[in-house]
Amino acid sequence: MSEQFDSSRPIYAQLVERLKAKILAGTYPPGGHLDSVRDMAAAAGVNPNTMQRALAQLETEGLVRTERTAGRYVTEDTMLIEQLRAATAEKFAEEFLEKMRGIGYSPAQVAELLARQTKGEPNHE
Amino acid sequence: MSELLTCEGLTKHYGAKTALDGVDLHIGFGKIVGLLGPNGSGKTTLIKLANGLLQPDSGSIRIAGMKPGVESKAIVSYLPDADWLPGWMRVEQLVKMFGDFYKDFDPARANEMLANLELSPKDVLKTLSKGNREKVQLILAMSRNARLYLLDEPIGGVDPAARDYILHTILSNYSKDATVLISTHLIEDIEPVLDEAIFLKEGTVFAHRSVDEIRENEGMSVDAYFREVFKC
Repeated sequence: MSEQFDSSRPIYAQLVERLKAKILAGTYPPGGHLDSVRDMAAAAGVNPNTMQRALAQLETEGLVRTERTAGRYVTEDTMLIEQLRAATAEKFAEEFLEKMRGIGYSPAQVAELLARQTKGEPNHE
Repeated sequence: MSELLTCEGLTKHYGAKTALDGVDLHIGFGKIVGLLGPNGSGKTTLIKLANGLLQPDSGSIRIAGMKPGVESKAIVSYLPDADWLPGWMRVEQLVKMFGDFYKDFDPARANEMLANLELSPKDVLKTLSKGNREKVQLILAMSRNARLYLLDEPIGGVDPAARDYILHTILSNYSKDATVLISTHLIEDIEPVLDEAIFLKEGTVFAHRSVDEIRENEGMSVDAYFREVFKC
């Protein structure tokens, strides 16, 4: 029911990452309405104040906005979402390459491995 | 009124033994607070003082500015750590009794939770297992619209699935005007729902910090931090 959290990092920071991923992946579509803080907190099994803090952070970053009476919405700024998505992908790729270097893979070997791995997989848009 | 529970220099002795020694605490509204500490650190004593079951030897304790008593009990929902309800009563009779006792009791909420945990209203309390008796007591305590919930070891005896449900219940009943104080050893289970953690050590407040702040600055979970602080 509740989500699992990495025990050594603040929960709000982990919520920020997960909520961001959902916005980037379109699970929370641009302009979409978000549930109340209390409902989102209950769904994640976390304290409402922690969820509030995570959403406030997303608001500061412009990914979420609050309408005074109507609750919270995902930004409609698809440019911003796309930029962040590209930047996040870049970061993940760097981390991945770093790990692969750690076990002695050259960039060429990594590219070859990826080509083999993704071959025949259905093309997600 | 910005504080719901205030302790100043709160001290309690049992004979020659000191249970609480100069405890200062300030707890606001809209919080879920863990009262954590090893056996004999003073958790239950603190909760009993807040509920007026014990009188302090020195210092003071206030609930929304009031001394513990009849008026404070109207806004405090207390779950003791022991069986306290009459065993001969049926669950439905207990629901009725709570409705008679407490103006803020919501029988519909109680019945919904009973149904969700598959507890039959017709069952006689003493015929239930220990875990199921605990669930009934907790449901009754959480079905009040209180300002302060004092839950003394609420999840110790119940199975993990029911534990999840109970934590979910605490979260979904959350209100900005109410605070939940939970004493427990099962830190790992309740950690994600907590705002703040109070560490009691030999009758004193060792730490009163935000859970995210502990994780950030100690680089470990509250559970791991507890194990380090109270290493035997």
